[in-house]
Amino acid sequence: MPLIIRNIALGFLLWLCSAPGWAENSDRQQMKGLDEQVQEIKSDVLGIAAELGQLEEKLLYPSGTQVAVFVALAQGDPMRLDAVRIQIDGQLVAHYIYSFKELDALRKGGVQRIYVGNVPTGDHQLDVLVDGKLEGGADYSRTEKFTFNKGVQPKLVGLTLAGPNSGRAPIEIGNW
Amino acid sequence: MARAPHRLLGIGVACALASGPAAGSGLKDLYFGEALYHAYQGQYFEALERLDTELAQYHGLDEPGLDTLHYHINGAEFSVGDFELNYRMHRRAGRAIKAVLEGNVDEAVRNEAAFRLARIHFQKDQLEDAQHALGRIQGKVPEAIQDDVEFLRANIYLATGRPSDAVEVLRKLQAAEDLKGFAAYNLGIALLQDGQAMEAIEQLDKAGQIKTGDQANLAVRDKSNLVLGTILFESADFGRAEQSLDRVRLEGPFSNQALLRAGWAEASAEHYDRALVPWNILVEREPTDAAVQEAMLAVPNAYAKLNVHGRAALMYGRALESYTSQIERVDASINSIREGQFLTALVREEIRQDKDWVIRLRSLPDAPETYYLMELMASHDFQTALQNYLDLEDLRSKLVSWQTSFDAFDDIIRLRGQNYEPLLPEVDAQFRDLDAQMRLRLEQRKNLNERLHAMLTAPRPDYLATADERICGERLARIEKQLEGVDSPEALALRERAAHVKGALTWRLQTEYHERLTAAHVHLNELNAHVDALNAQYEAFVRTRQAATHSYVGYDVQIGRLRERVDGALQRLGIVMARQGHMIETVAINQLKARRERLVDQQTQARYAVADSYDRAARLQSGGEGR
Repeated sequence: MPLIIRNIALGFLLWLCSAPGWAENSDRQQMKGLDEQVQEIKSDVLGIAAELGQLEEKLLYPSGTQVAVFVALAQGDPMRLDAVRIQIDGQLVAHYIYSFKELDALRKGGVQRIYVGNVPTGDHQLDVLVDGKLEGGADYSRTEKFTFNKGVQPKLVGLTLAGPNSGRAPIEIGNW
Repeated sequence: MARAPHRLLGIGVACALASGPAAGSGLKDLYFGEALYHAYQGQYFEALERLDTELAQYHGLDEPGLDTLHYHINGAEFSVGDFELNYRMHRRAGRAIKAVLEGNVDEAVRNEAAFRLARIHFQKDQLEDAQHALGRIQGKVPEAIQDDVEFLRANIYLATGRPSDAVEVLRKLQAAEDLKGFAAYNLGIALLQDGQAMEAIEQLDKAGQIKTGDQANLAVRDKSNLVLGTILFESADFGRAEQSLDRVRLEGPFSNQALLRAGWAEASAEHYDRALVPWNILVEREPTDAAVQEAMLAVPNAYAKLNVHGRAALMYGRALESYTSQIERVDASINSIREGQFLTALVREEIRQDKDWVIRLRSLPDAPETYYLMELMASHDFQTALQNYLDLEDLRSKLVSWQTSFDAFDDIIRLRGQNYEPLLPEVDAQFRDLDAQMRLRLEQRKNLNERLHAMLTAPRPDYLATADERICGERLARIEKQLEGVDSPEALALRERAAHVKGALTWRLQTEYHERLTAAHVHLNELNAHVDALNAQYEAFVRTRQAATHSYVGYDVQIGRLRERVDGALQRLGIVMARQGHMIETVAINQLKARRERLVDQQTQARYAVADSYDRAARLQSGGEGR
């Protein structure tokens, strides 16, 4: 009896586990071959993307004038970030409204490059406006002004945003 | 076919063990953070593009220890492998993780890398390699992955026909909270494979009663009950089979199968009236489901067994109608796939954004009936093929948009050339003049500096005379020269006066020397600020001048090469995409044909049964009238 049970059960498991339509070995082999080719194409295109990215950066944002602004959320902050607006020297350069997925990525520790552009060397004014909602559903809005200095190297400006209950400054600027 | 079970288990492993890259606190490298931002949104191409560039730059540095990525280098090397794995680039993922494994890293990091490598090999059916990679784990294993390592080890044992080893490992994992359902179910399967049938039944019984609110564990619990119910049913233990099948949730993914089998368990015990309870629920469900279609025949069959032939005849008639209409739907679906509608629908952006896209596909005009393909579409191989096709479509869109970027780049370069070329010769000529003047002045300043430095050790008061004093000194020298050899009393008086003035001049130069030297240094230092400003301006001009040239010169070769690469990639992609698409269509059509055959078979059975039931009903009626 136990032997019968085992054979039946294994047979059932095989039925339960088998992938319909892919039973043919030739299909599987062909599929494997195609998968390898797809991986090669992905590798090729990634290589092209890297070279193209460098070309684009050199052509559009040369290091002497390049400025990039990044946005991160303070770790563990429950604030729901809705939008960020960035002005450089009084000019609106970025106005970003966040989707759920983007906000989730920021909450997990991802950093968004919100703006990349060009400014001459010297001091510049950076205005940051943050809109969001607090845990209780109340609207939250904050504006801060900063000054940053653009040198010969590309300028990376990191902004860390936090809600009012985090014990941190609402908008912190970091220079890299 | 012999390896089929571990595929299912492998999916479980992938779900249970999949861990995203951790950003950790105190992120130091913004571009690494940006790669994570994309990865967390499932944009693995963008994440890889960013991180590959960062890692290439890092490894190209003379002193990588000074780069901000240095703080995250182990995480970044791991993440690149993770991203590649998620982007279904297993070959590169394996290489990336091997690189970490062979690098100079500490034991815990090496062990985690070995685990990840083993997981990749396992997912790709490379079981020996998976075992070899696990064998490299020695010493300290990070606590977070300890259970996962053992669970993977057990699954490899199961897949390589070593169930008793798997049983040993899985027994120790029964307390692991994260793996609760999976470990319990897999232990049941391992015991079954090991020939310990009674223990297996007990274990599956336990797995089927696990208390959980987690969807994945609920699904595994349902599956445990379904498998157990089937085993008990096949061994004629209908009562316990029924109990086990009753535990499967009515709204879960295995509920249709469970209802069907619960009915059969009752029918096998000749409790046809009780068999009708689950079957009657089932026949009201989605008519494209195989279990529902089977129940459509089973219900009238049960009525017939209960001698309710009239009702049986009506139900057979209903089943016949349903099979006929379903065969038409399957035929329409096959035609739709042959006309390319399936692939067209699959790549529609709005469909892919929806988590219920498989369901939504059905609502599109001319798209095939995806319900028939659900089982197929849920299979790992089909998902890989489909994802590859969608990835290729994404890559195609990128390559096409890049082609237009090249035209824009060409325009930018042409316009910049038109702007700068007439201006630059004149700018250069002016710059050459200013450059000559500047060099002269800087040389003068350099000489002054050297003189002042020399005067600290060898004082030269005459060097610090004012212009008036210098003129005065020269006049005195001329007077003294004129008075040479003249002995008149006027001349003697004049010589005496000149000596007196010269003495006064020398006195002043000597006594004021240190003061004047200090003042000269102060003035020279003041000049330094102007010279520094001049140098900065000079360098800024040189940079701007270079930037002007670099903004339009030297791009032709690179753009030309990139154009060729993009064109070549598009061509290769087109060929592979067509093959991949054809493969998907063929497999989908084969699946539909198999379902069609089954439907035709059921239709035939229903056709005969409906006639038979009418006959029996008529006979019963006439027999009753006769009495």
